[in-house]
Parts: sequence; C-alpha cells; structure tokens
Amino acid sequence: MSEMHLQPAAVLARGLSIGHGRETVVANLDFRLEPGKTLALVGSNGSGKTTLLKTLAGLLPPLAGTIEVLGGRPLASPARVAYMGQFHPSSFMLPLRTVDIVRMARFASHGLLGRLTPSDERAVHEAMAVMGVEHLARKPLNALSGGQRQKVFLAQTFAKEADLILLDEPAANLDAPAQAVYRRFVRTCAKAGKAVVVATHDIDEAAEYDWTMLLARRVVAFGPCAEILTPQTLMATFGIVGQFKEGRLLVVEREHGHQACGGAHEGPCQH
Amino acid sequence: MIDSLIQPFTANAFMANALIAGVLVSIACGIVGTFTVLRGLAFMGDALGHGVLPGVAIALLLGLPGMLGAAAGALAMILGIGFITRRSSLSSDTATGLLFVGMLALGVVIVSRSHAFSGDLMRILFGEILGIHVREIVTQLVATVVIAIAAAVCYRPFLLLCFSPEQAQVSGFSPRLYHTIMLILIGTTVVVSFRTVGTLLVFGILLAPAASASLFSRKIGTMIVSASLIGSISVYIGLLVSYHGDIAAGASITLTATLIFFVMLAGKHLFQTLAPGREKA
Repeated sequence: MSEMHLQPAAVLARGLSIGHGRETVVANLDFRLEPGKTLALVGSNGSGKTTLLKTLAGLLPPLAGTIEVLGGRPLASPARVAYMGQFHPSSFMLPLRTVDIVRMARFASHGLLGRLTPSDERAVHEAMAVMGVEHLARKPLNALSGGQRQKVFLAQTFAKEADLILLDEPAANLDAPAQAVYRRFVRTCAKAGKAVVVATHDIDEAAEYDWTMLLARRVVAFGPCAEILTPQTLMATFGIVGQFKEGRLLVVEREHGHQACGGAHEGPCQH
Repeated sequence: MIDSLIQPFTANAFMANALIAGVLVSIACGIVGTFTVLRGLAFMGDALGHGVLPGVAIALLLGLPGMLGAAAGALAMILGIGFITRRSSLSSDTATGLLFVGMLALGVVIVSRSHAFSGDLMRILFGEILGIHVREIVTQLVATVVIAIAAAVCYRPFLLLCFSPEQAQVSGFSPRLYHTIMLILIGTTVVVSFRTVGTLLVFGILLAPAASASLFSRKIGTMIVSASLIGSISVYIGLLVSYHGDIAAGASITLTATLIFFVMLAGKHLFQTLAPGREKA
C-alpha cells in the first residue's frame, strides 16, 4: 500500500483551464488519476473531451493552472505516454505495411538513431495479436477497411507500452467483437498498473471504468459512474431526460441538439 | 543496335557527364521525392521549383553563381509560405500557389528586362544537362551525400510526420523542426536538380519516379531505391532519345519519367482488374 504513495499520480490537474488560443473550453479542472486506474471522459461534441486529452498529451498548452503527467510536464517522457486521436485522414493514403505503422510506436523509446531490439518486435507483434490484426501485417494501410485501420491504430497505441494511455473515441468504427477486445485490453493495462483515460460518448462503456467525468464545457460531475449519473447530470451533459439504473441508461425524452449549457439546472432546458 | 545504346556515352564526354549528373540527381530526388509524395507536399515541391527562377535571374544579373541565387530563391519561398500561413488563415496550398505564381512572374520580368538573357531564360527554365561541367558533378555528389545522410538521420521523424504530426509530437519529435528540415531538403534537391532539367520541369523529376515507386512498394526503403532506379532509367532513356532524335534533353528526361508513371499506373489498374483480391503477401 505504501508503495502506491511513493509513485506520483498518473495525472494531476490543479486549477487547470484548457482551450485553444484565447478560447477557454473548460476552466478550473481539479482532479487526480492514480496509476492502474481508468477514467472515462463523457460528453457530447464540443464539450471539452478532446481538448482535455490533447492537453494531457502535450499537444495543447494549458491556458491556466497546472497539469502534471507521470510526475512531470506533458511531453517530458514521450515514451511513457500514448495518445490516439480521433481520425487520421492523411494516413489513409499511405501505402506502407501495417506492421511498419505499428512499429513506429517504438521510436519514442529510441530517439533518432537507437536500434530497435527484439523486445520492441515482441511488443509490436503482441499488440497486433491482441487486436487481431496480425494477419494484416504485410498489407498496405490504404488497402484496409475503416474498422481494420482503427484496429491497427489501436495496436500501434498499445505497442508503445506506455504508462499513461489516452484514447479519443477509440470504439468508433469498431464492430462488437473488436470493441470487446479493446475493452478487455484496457482492463489488462489497468491491472498491469497503467493509467487509462478514454473519451467516449458511450455511457455503457463509461460504466466499466473506475472514474467518470461528465463534461459540458465544464465539469458537470466527477466520480464513479453509477453515483454521478442522475437525471440532473444527464440533462446538463446531454440535454436528455433519462435515468441510469442497474448499469443501463434509460432515455425518457431526447430534448434537442444540446450543446454547451452554462449552468446546472433542474428540468428541461428553456432554450 | 546495342552500340547505339552505349556508344553515345562512351564517345562523348558531355553525354557521360550528363548521365552521371542525371543519376546523382535521380538518387537525391528518389530520397526526397519519396518523402514528399508520402507527406503530400507535392505542390510545395513544384512551388519551390518555380520560386528559384527569380533567384537565379537576379544572381546571374549580379554576376553570381546561379546556384546561389537558386538557393536564395528557394529559401525565400520556404520563409514566405511559413509567413503567410502563420499570419493569415490561408492554407499552405493557397500560400504556395500565390508565391509560386508571383515569383515565377517576377523572375520572367527580371529576365525579360535584360535582353542579353533571353537565352539564359530558356536554360533556366529547361535546364542544360548537356552543358554540365565536372565541377558541377562534384557539387551534386556532395549535395546528394548530404541529403542521404540527413534523410537517414531524420528517417524516423519523417516517417512519423507522414503518418501524423500529432504522433510525431507525442513521440518526442518536434513536427515544426522536422517539417522545416524536410522543406530544406526539398529546396536543396530542387536547387541541385534545376541545372539538369530546368526549373519548369524539376517538379517532374522530383515526383514522377517517387510516385511510380509508391504504386507498388510498401516499404520506404524499397520506394527510395525504386524511385532512384526509375529516375536513373528515365535519365538514360531521355538522353538517348535526345541524342538520336535531336530533342531537348531535359524535357526528354522528364517526359520519360512521366510516361513511366502512367504506364505503371495503367499496369497496376490492369493487374487489379484481372486479379481482384489477389494481393501480394
């Protein structure tokens, strides 16, 4: 038990404001995530999930406050943080083999010229085997379907063997078996002591994680999923009237295309 | 028959020099062209090719070596594109197009103002591979070696950039730094190549062999070697056609490289139509 206190938190945010340029998307975030724990970021489009993931990955600078990742600034240890963004439009054109694409995950550990070792190859093949894409190893990326590509990108993310894994809507384009595989792998990573942060709009997926953060350009709620999914928080996050009961979300009434909602309120939105 | 394929090169020093220079250019273009095609910077390569024209024109007017002017012109293009994309919401395609047309027009104006340079305009636009001196071959050799070393050292960040600039950044490689290095390598290749095929056509020799290679290769190493080979073959055939048919050499080379691309494209389409689903393992 005492060992865990010697390890720094995987993610530590204090008074963190995130956004682009001058525009603040979410202000004053305060939370920590321990190694071996999983966090789901849940919200509709524009709610701040992607912005938060990119800030944790070091792709966006924080606008205010502090953010510590694995005990240091974001991008301080690139080999220890893996990030998978939403889609890669340009890489659809690449005629390169999928095994070479997955192998790129190992570059972070070796810099410009360090040699790749047999343990790197093992990580690559293990990740591809887990995601069920080993048989596509020699196929060019531009010959794969959308779902196959997504599995390859996930394999690439897992092949990095990072201590903090950041995934943005990873289940998009995945069929049900692949989704099950990917969720099982997240659980395995957590058991191995890695921290995982996943952005999803799927509440059922969020229910499997240790923590859930409901975002609507502000933190609507933060805690274990079953505790924080109340009719009020669902309204504020999604603009729907619903309930979360016995591990399932019941949508009673879908109000309207609900974007950002400035304040918490009870009952249907007025606008 | 074999004689007519070899004799022009063994009997004439200028043909042998042209062949050597052309092969060196093909190797440099094979390396840089592969990354350009994969990265989607094709338009950039073209723009740089036309940006060097005013640089060369000004250099010649001032009595300086053309290559110095070409390098200055390429640098001006790179900085200009960066400046425009940072200061406005224009895409890099638009910025590149604007600068390329502007600098091309500027170059033609400068050259046309000075009547003594009308011949030079043709040479700058279409190259003068048959007039290559040994001195220039040495320059090209040095440039090709430098380009090869730079590409070997920067191979991993270049590959990551082609895949996703975000992945490059989270792997610890600055996308901005390596993008700039890539542009400098493209610029260097263009500057070194324009003497062989001219600024109007250097785009062709930079891209066509690499594009051909990308049709069938799945590994970067294979692509680079194939592109260099295809480029060298284009130089050889182009020079032969030019010698026997009395046709402009630079244009023959570029035309050959482009034709090879379309033949390979047609071949690939045919192969896929006749044997659908049968992918090479």
